[in-house]
Amino acid sequence: MNKLFGVVLAVVGGFALGGIAFYRQEPINSLWIVVAAVCIYLLGYRFYAAWIAAKVYLVDPTRATPAERLNNGRDFVPTQRWVAFGHHFAAIAGPGPLVGPMLAAQFGYLPGTLWIIVGAVLGGCVQDMTMLMFSMRRDGRSLGQMARDELGPFGGFAALIGTLVIMIILIAVLGLVVVNAMKHSPWGTSTVFATIPVAILVGFYMRSWRPGRVLEASVIGVALTALAVFGGGWIDQSSFRGAFDYGPTSLAGFVIAYGWLAAIVPVWLLLAPRDYLSTFLKLGTVLLLAIAIVLLHPQMKMPAITQFVDGNGPVFTGKVFPFVFITIACGAVSGFHALVSSGTTPKLIANERDVRLIGYGSMALESFVAIMAMIAAALLDPGVYFAINVGAGIVGSAHEAAVQTITSWGFPVTTAQMDKLAHDMGEMTLFARTGGAPSLAVGMASIFGSTFGRGLLSVWYHFAIMFEAVFILTTLDAGTRVGRFMLQDLLGHFSKPLGRTSWYPSVLVSSTLVVAGWGYFLYIGVIDPNGGINILWPLFGISNQMLAAIALSVATGIIIKNSKPIYALVTGVPLAWLALITTFAAWQKIVSPDPKLGFFASASDMAAKLANGVLPPEKAAVAPQLIFNQRLDGWLTIFLTAIIWLVIIDMARICIRRLNGLPLTGSSEAPYQPTRLEGALAANRPLHGAAPVGH
Amino acid sequence: MLRWLTTAWQYLRTVSGDNAYERYLAHHATAHPDQPVLTRKAFFKERQHQKWSGITRCC
Repeated sequence: MNKLFGVVLAVVGGFALGGIAFYRQEPINSLWIVVAAVCIYLLGYRFYAAWIAAKVYLVDPTRATPAERLNNGRDFVPTQRWVAFGHHFAAIAGPGPLVGPMLAAQFGYLPGTLWIIVGAVLGGCVQDMTMLMFSMRRDGRSLGQMARDELGPFGGFAALIGTLVIMIILIAVLGLVVVNAMKHSPWGTSTVFATIPVAILVGFYMRSWRPGRVLEASVIGVALTALAVFGGGWIDQSSFRGAFDYGPTSLAGFVIAYGWLAAIVPVWLLLAPRDYLSTFLKLGTVLLLAIAIVLLHPQMKMPAITQFVDGNGPVFTGKVFPFVFITIACGAVSGFHALVSSGTTPKLIANERDVRLIGYGSMALESFVAIMAMIAAALLDPGVYFAINVGAGIVGSAHEAAVQTITSWGFPVTTAQMDKLAHDMGEMTLFARTGGAPSLAVGMASIFGSTFGRGLLSVWYHFAIMFEAVFILTTLDAGTRVGRFMLQDLLGHFSKPLGRTSWYPSVLVSSTLVVAGWGYFLYIGVIDPNGGINILWPLFGISNQMLAAIALSVATGIIIKNSKPIYALVTGVPLAWLALITTFAAWQKIVSPDPKLGFFASASDMAAKLANGVLPPEKAAVAPQLIFNQRLDGWLTIFLTAIIWLVIIDMARICIRRLNGLPLTGSSEAPYQPTRLEGALAANRPLHGAAPVGH
Repeated sequence: MLRWLTTAWQYLRTVSGDNAYERYLAHHATAHPDQPVLTRKAFFKERQHQKWSGITRCC
């Protein structure tokens, strides 16, 4: 029966994917993509993940997990597998898989779609599941600790620095996405601002009035944020409009000030309640979007492949190889997941068998979110897609000239069409709203509007903007806090009191440093007319893939020590691919003579123009900062690439020792203990009654 | 139908942490019945503090 199911999946999936790849006469329907993606995830889950679990990890259902052995009713708790799946998915799913595909759609939908599906099934899902498994076998140790134990002190240090860098870049780029979504949009800005007092109210509710009543508080909070969307519409029509109409520089200032405040106030006031709201909104919206896409199954209007695969793309510069793989990190392979997979989740797993569902399954679902974002991008008229996503630095700020340029690329669009669209969405203009969030919101509003009623397009648009902003701001809060902990850990080596995470002066100093770090990149992104997303997103992609390369190196080192050497290919192949594309992309970013692509080329080009006095005065004023920043980005890229290769060499050293039969450092795996939970698990009864062992 | 709804409701309560305190009391009663239990407020405070001192959210 199982085999028959597998064969059916393979045939349907292969047929759908073949249809996508070879059908060229007219626009294809998005349902093909949904069917192909789901079939391939199920095949990967049913066969590849099961094979890895059985042969490479040697999953043993009789072995007690740390959740059982160390059960303390708090962080170590054996948890029903679907509950753990829900926690893990909520933890890994962020705004990344929504933004990346939106940008990569400039190459056409095909390259991004194929990478999302194949990258997830062979790379991302495997990475997440492997880190989860190995961390669980080591009592829930973190990526950094495992890197130290298995590779050596250098690996551990590289993981720490890598995490800190990615955190800074990630927050800056997400902040930029929010700023671009809110700029000169009083409706969007007032709605997003309103979510702050709502979160504080929910925080008080859960803390003081009805402690721990999470569902009540969340339902109230979600209802209030939905009201805020309508309230924003009212403000947009009223005389308060001007009070929420800001340009990008002031909005960046607000985001930086907000990030700093959120990092120094207690978590219960802002971060924790906001997280409940964003989790509910996120899961609800993703579910709604999936239902709407299946019901509506829109045509894909974007061509499968555009001429911009040659590297002259207007959304960001660079050829499809390697830049599609850098642009779409989350949704295919995301190194950041390795931190969550080696953090809280391994302490919840009741039985080793559950690792496949929680690790591989959650990532497959996240990859599906990326597929939906790609569909939302591709159902827009390509002309509209480019008019929204291309900055004024490329096509000019005059709308008439912009539509002419975009039409000349072969993607017809008119100012009347854009004005009508902006009016329908309740915005003044949708030209040059870069960053991906506005075009995603237009795509989502079209899907929701067509499925659930056309009259409310502008409400759906601002709901989508609010939804993206709420969980971007959650990531911003949480990321700043994590960055602060890591910085305190580092500073603790120099001064003992600075290392104490709850000592308030240390909190202030380290939070300020972290916010200053991402605030700098955000500010530069805002003032740079050509840069912004074009600079920050590739940098984010490279640093995220670098973290994945560190995680996969650790995993490969562990597999080669403990299993048949050939099995190391399971993580070794994705590692080799990531190392290849990140190094190739970094190489182009460093040495390319094209000022639109190379960091140093861009800096020299601008310096020459500044010296010759050919820059207009407003550009000349910011040019020295931009020149410095391009050089800094160039050096940062060199640094990140060097770290990747040093970790890979460290891992290769272990592989060579193993293949030559030389002695290796011992395994850090916790010794086997038989489980006593089997009965409770089989009957699927609540687990909290189980007697903890080794307490 | 009713049973299905009850299961779904229980799942929602567990996955959101709404019944975390009840589960803590049950665990406490079997694991260390001799020690005093935390109040609902104190338990929730500690849980929240612990949740947000590590990496729990991603991009």
